[in-house]
Amino acid sequence: MTATTMPLAPGRSGRVKPLDGLRQTFTMAWRSLVAVKHNPLELVDYSITPIMFVFLFTYVLGGQMAGSPDAYLKYALPGIIVQNTLFMTMYTAMALNTDLTKGVFDRLRSLPIARSAPLVGRIAADLTKHVWAMLLMIGLGLLLGFRVTGGFGGFLLGALLLVVFAAAVSWSAVLIGMLAGDAEKVQAFGFTLIFPITFTSSAFVVVDTMPGWLQAFSDVNPVTHLSDAFRGLLLGGPVAEPVMWSLVWAAGITLVFCPLAMRAYRAKV
Amino acid sequence: MTYAIQAEGLAKRFKETEALAGVDLAARTGSVLGLLGPNGAGKTTAVRIFATLLTPDAGRATVAGHDVVREAGVVRSLIGLTGQYAAVDENLTGTENLLLIGRLLGLQRRGARARAAELLDRFRLSDAAGRAVKTFSGGMRRRLDLAASLVGRPSILFLDEPTTGLDPQSRGELWGMLRALIADGATALLTTQYLNEADQLADDIVVIDKGRVIAEGTPDALKSEVGGQVLQVRPLAADDLVRTHALVAETAGTRTQIEGESVTVPVKDAELMPAVVRRLDREGIAVGELTLRRSSLDEVFLALTGHRAEPEESDQPDESAQATDEAGGAVGEHARERAVSST
Repeated sequence: MTATTMPLAPGRSGRVKPLDGLRQTFTMAWRSLVAVKHNPLELVDYSITPIMFVFLFTYVLGGQMAGSPDAYLKYALPGIIVQNTLFMTMYTAMALNTDLTKGVFDRLRSLPIARSAPLVGRIAADLTKHVWAMLLMIGLGLLLGFRVTGGFGGFLLGALLLVVFAAAVSWSAVLIGMLAGDAEKVQAFGFTLIFPITFTSSAFVVVDTMPGWLQAFSDVNPVTHLSDAFRGLLLGGPVAEPVMWSLVWAAGITLVFCPLAMRAYRAKV
Repeated sequence: MTYAIQAEGLAKRFKETEALAGVDLAARTGSVLGLLGPNGAGKTTAVRIFATLLTPDAGRATVAGHDVVREAGVVRSLIGLTGQYAAVDENLTGTENLLLIGRLLGLQRRGARARAAELLDRFRLSDAAGRAVKTFSGGMRRRLDLAASLVGRPSILFLDEPTTGLDPQSRGELWGMLRALIADGATALLTTQYLNEADQLADDIVVIDKGRVIAEGTPDALKSEVGGQVLQVRPLAADDLVRTHALVAETAGTRTQIEGESVTVPVKDAELMPAVVRRLDREGIAVGELTLRRSSLDEVFLALTGHRAEPEESDQPDESAQATDEAGGAVGEHARERAVSST
């Protein structure tokens, strides 16, 4: 064990080659995904609340909200999926926070690897989980009578839009994960923020019945745009405007939070 | 003489706290340097600077001649870091944790597997290799953490309180493993608050307190330099302990104290021993045991810093010694056990 026998020293020059950086990112993503194998309940964690919501909204509230459970399922399922997507970004924040507080990031940082690999790898892995949860909920919806009338193309575009938006929101999750004292605070904070935002949007209700001031808020609420766009793409309908606004919001969130998150990440990691 | 680890005038401040106030230290290539100090002395801050996790405010640190700030990438390819808390992923198995590091370091799948198996075997974790780390005991986690720091075959190791919070048996086991590593020729910087740990493992010791070096030398030199020898008197009857203490203090000086059933006092002058014996004899105190020994590192520490290495005593191994350090580097404030070094 001397300095002359060093078979692996990818960072000898002090710089990580882009291709190596990409490989390291994939390795980090593998790490996040392989954990699911040992903790399959993690996936249930991701899906149990939304599944409960689907049933609750469909059979308990559906009749009153839209005249029949079926009719309401058609409206609410895309909204539930959008809400779940937002909640799931908090898992990214919690996982990053855990790595930070448990010293895993210290270990990673002491290795000659790309600095962005742990962060980007985590986000990439979590976006995969987003897709999984979305498929699960649409599958459940199909069993309950939901139909993707927008066609396969609409479904693909909807999924893509959701992932793009989730990626944007992930940057705010990174910031929260870096700044929070512990994982529980992350969860509490996320809940306090995401719950009111989704409920004051068009995710679950047509906003027409809200008081005027709330409607005004709801009209600019990004969750309204995303829900309308996602619903429109799944069901088929006019989507140009909500899709555009969703993308504008995604870009705006990224522009604001990505630099802040990166700064916090570099300061801590 | 070459130094694998070297620092000159290292300083670091966290807001109000001066973690390091100009520390010089050097570890000869192939040796173990023990960095000894109480909580908050600045040990972890120093290690974090060497491991490229922190940049110093002033001064310079090099690893194998490479500046830790300007050549951080090179330094990272040379070092292994084992932190105060086991920095392993709880949700992965032992094997997967090591595979992760191996793959990150550019090993091919097969090579990474072989290296993981080799290390698991070496640290006697093969049986638990396929289990999630959250089922591991504290000692197993530390061993896995140590294994993880060795995946890339580093020639220079930073061991930050590697046995804090472990029960004596696990600690002994880890010591054996560290000794084997060191015998392989690695250079190591070992921080510890266990005085006997430094005594057991280190070739040289640097004692720091409040961010400053207060003493350095070999364990033997430190022991003989400070306090010289210790006279220990145990009265035959425990009832005589307090009176013995008073009498010895009158004869030998004020740094006399009661330790268990004995009275101890650091002595520089060998003539004191017969004087103490005569005095006790005159007062009619029967002496059960009388020894003159070199002072333990514990006593050295007391003499140097004016306080004991550890204020509180606890024999409970603390599995949750995973303190987040608020100051960005200070010290995990858990799992304290007063290190009692026996000669």
